[in-house]
Amino acid sequence: MPGIDARQPNRKPPQRHASHSGVTRRSLLASAALLMTTSIAGARVVTKVLPWKPNEAYPVTPVVPGGYLFFTPAEATIVDAFVDRLIPTDELGAGAKDAGVTTFIDRQLTGPYGGHDWLYMQGPFSATPLPSQGLQSPLTPRQQYRLGLAALEAYCKESYGGRGFTELNSDEKDKLIAAMEKSEVQFKGFSSRMLFSALYTNTIEGYFADPIYGGNRDMVGWKLVGFPGVRYDFRDVMEKPNQAYTLPPVSMQGRAAWGER
Amino acid sequence: MARRLPRKDVVIVGLGWTGSILAYELSRSGLEVVALERGPWRDTASDFNIGTAADELRYAVRHDIFLRPKQETLTMRNNPSQTALPIRKWGSFLPGNGVGGAGVHWNGQTWRFLPDDFRIRSHMIERYGEAILPEGNQIQDWPVSYEDLEPHYDKFERVAGISGKAGNIKGEVQPGGNPFEGARERDYPTPPMRQGYAQELFTKAASGMGLHPFPRPSANISIAYTNPYGCSMAPCTYCGFCERFGCANYSKASPQTCVLPALVREPTFEARTECEVMHVNLSGDGKMATGVTYVDASGEEWEQPGDLVLICAYSLFNVRLLLLSGIGRPFDPATGEGVVGRNYAYQTGSGSTAFFEDAKFNPFAAAGSLGAALDDYNSDNFDHGPHGFVGGANITCAYTNGRPILYHPTPRGTPTWGSAWKKAVHDTYQRVTTVGAQGSVMSYRNNYLDLDPTYKDPLGRPLMRMTFDYQDNERKMANWMADRCDEIAKAMGAKTTQIGRLVGPWSVVPYQTTHNTGGTIMGSDPRTSVLNRYLQSWDVPNVFVTGASAFPQNAGYNPTGTVGALTYWALDAIFDYLKSPAPLVQP
Repeated sequence: MPGIDARQPNRKPPQRHASHSGVTRRSLLASAALLMTTSIAGARVVTKVLPWKPNEAYPVTPVVPGGYLFFTPAEATIVDAFVDRLIPTDELGAGAKDAGVTTFIDRQLTGPYGGHDWLYMQGPFSATPLPSQGLQSPLTPRQQYRLGLAALEAYCKESYGGRGFTELNSDEKDKLIAAMEKSEVQFKGFSSRMLFSALYTNTIEGYFADPIYGGNRDMVGWKLVGFPGVRYDFRDVMEKPNQAYTLPPVSMQGRAAWGER
Repeated sequence: MARRLPRKDVVIVGLGWTGSILAYELSRSGLEVVALERGPWRDTASDFNIGTAADELRYAVRHDIFLRPKQETLTMRNNPSQTALPIRKWGSFLPGNGVGGAGVHWNGQTWRFLPDDFRIRSHMIERYGEAILPEGNQIQDWPVSYEDLEPHYDKFERVAGISGKAGNIKGEVQPGGNPFEGARERDYPTPPMRQGYAQELFTKAASGMGLHPFPRPSANISIAYTNPYGCSMAPCTYCGFCERFGCANYSKASPQTCVLPALVREPTFEARTECEVMHVNLSGDGKMATGVTYVDASGEEWEQPGDLVLICAYSLFNVRLLLLSGIGRPFDPATGEGVVGRNYAYQTGSGSTAFFEDAKFNPFAAAGSLGAALDDYNSDNFDHGPHGFVGGANITCAYTNGRPILYHPTPRGTPTWGSAWKKAVHDTYQRVTTVGAQGSVMSYRNNYLDLDPTYKDPLGRPLMRMTFDYQDNERKMANWMADRCDEIAKAMGAKTTQIGRLVGPWSVVPYQTTHNTGGTIMGSDPRTSVLNRYLQSWDVPNVFVTGASAFPQNAGYNPTGTVGALTYWALDAIFDYLKSPAPLVQP
């Protein structure tokens, strides 16, 4: 696919907090708080005191919605349209698109998840793995989206008289998504099932993850099921078996209502 | 070229539950102890802060605190005729990483194995005859009895503050406890956790069926408690963020909560983190360990000499370190000879999902070991004669969490997306519970661990290869248990139930359990075991190996209680060894 670099995001991803490597923060800590044995340069040595330091916890960096760091505008439009069918907005509340799931996926793809940075990605990659052996593709999530969305778009243009995915009506979209889910449709050069799986998995994640990651806007996913979020203390619930929980959910950044006057 | 460091009395590989307990007890006796941990330092105040701990995506889904497969993984196949491929992403089990090990992210279900479990081979043959043992099995009696371990179980329960209700004190059955358990000297240190609405229904239904439910023992503790090491714990708040998470409340027993605050104050103890042990070094004749070689975070290689080497990594990585160090002969399934990697075992999961017409189970108000359990179908607590299988399961009705990325159940047949899915998710979340069976897995000649011929870790060492599948005995057992679970679920008043059976080959994809056992098993005969009854290597007597890798086969319980008991049992033996360094059992 000429002109498409599947390996790189469109822009340089934002600098992730150093804690993702687990090293830098520890190095700082070692120099500041620990009694070092001089002869062992590369080890983090803990002896005689616990290495506690105020404000040492490493919170995630909140996602600020607006724009895309990985997706092109055209890709973002396709993802919007796709996730809007997976979890539609209806009488039960906002769906995935309106909950910010596209932004969630975009930001996830620019982080360590997008490159499978923590996974074992050494070859050889088998062409005939057993289903019980799980993930065996060399393609990172960034590559899956870049190549997969292009293949989906090419398939739509060819099969629906020049219309792209976003131009299909809801019924056409649903039929195509269902065919992708069951591997009943062949895209050129990319597994339709793999693209479905990536979108489906990340949509569920974005719809139900803490809003700090850019999805689950106004905690719509949590309200759908009645999950109260990060209250961290449900001793009151244990005291009242089989009774509805009525307090609104709280996220890591609190609730929107907290800022109301 | 490794640079040589000053000698230590004791070198410990891995600073989880077993490593931290041994480090504390040995350094308290005045020995110079160094612990080498390949992951980072972690502690409650900074790493499991209450403002950031309740993050399902980061911890449960992206596996922030687990061992990263990039650093080390295993290859896997279902049987020896297949080609193993790397587990590129964790699924079926989740090994820990860093100080605290898997004791950071565990659920806290803390059991004693049953007396029969320790002599299961002899017991089954005595009661049913040899024919009941499955084909290809390598089931072995443990070289220790329940009675040997009882005081050591007690010690671990005291250190971890376990909440529970005794079922048998000195032979007297106690109302409200587990009547099948082995006799214990005294009750648990803290009372059982509060149970929820689903557990009320389960307890009532099971009692009505003549079964014996009880609140399961829990390392998420019910009241404030100070352990014998002077470490204080706080009452559990049922936040529902135990498994896959560190506890921000000091409520879940872990090395961080229960051992490390005391350990680091011992002046003869030192931890070095982000240090990956390459191998144990042996003397020229291979009969004694001289220390270990490790690589630090900057990539530099060091030799740490030591008089005693304690291998306290996660069970799977204990096995690999022995294989990489040439300690003990590797198991060969073709001949049945050799011992390291032998008798790898796992556990079965099966059960019934119960959908109620109208209930408010509030699954988010949960804890890793909140739940009611029964042992009527565990071990040999029931007549196996008509069933033709060995082993059993602990049956539980529990909520560990209601975290919605991974927990949003829908009835079978529901579309997987779209408005119909959304409605089903909305309608089901509050009114579904499960009755589950966690079952034993016996040991077999074709379930084993060895080094992979193809795939390597970033340091160029071969990955370990896991060859495992469920055998007919386990399938039969797990599926029979699923029917028992379903009977209970129906008696609880479920409108509909769905049975979950054990089907298809074992897969690395869905999470099942991090109860990997065997590979460095303890036994009475060096031809069929790696360790003697004191967890001492038959081949290299100044090497001891702790953890579930010592289990000859797996029982129908979570392993940590028994891992803790074996650690204190081995500790007494290590003190004996230090007085007179020699093999503690003559082969």
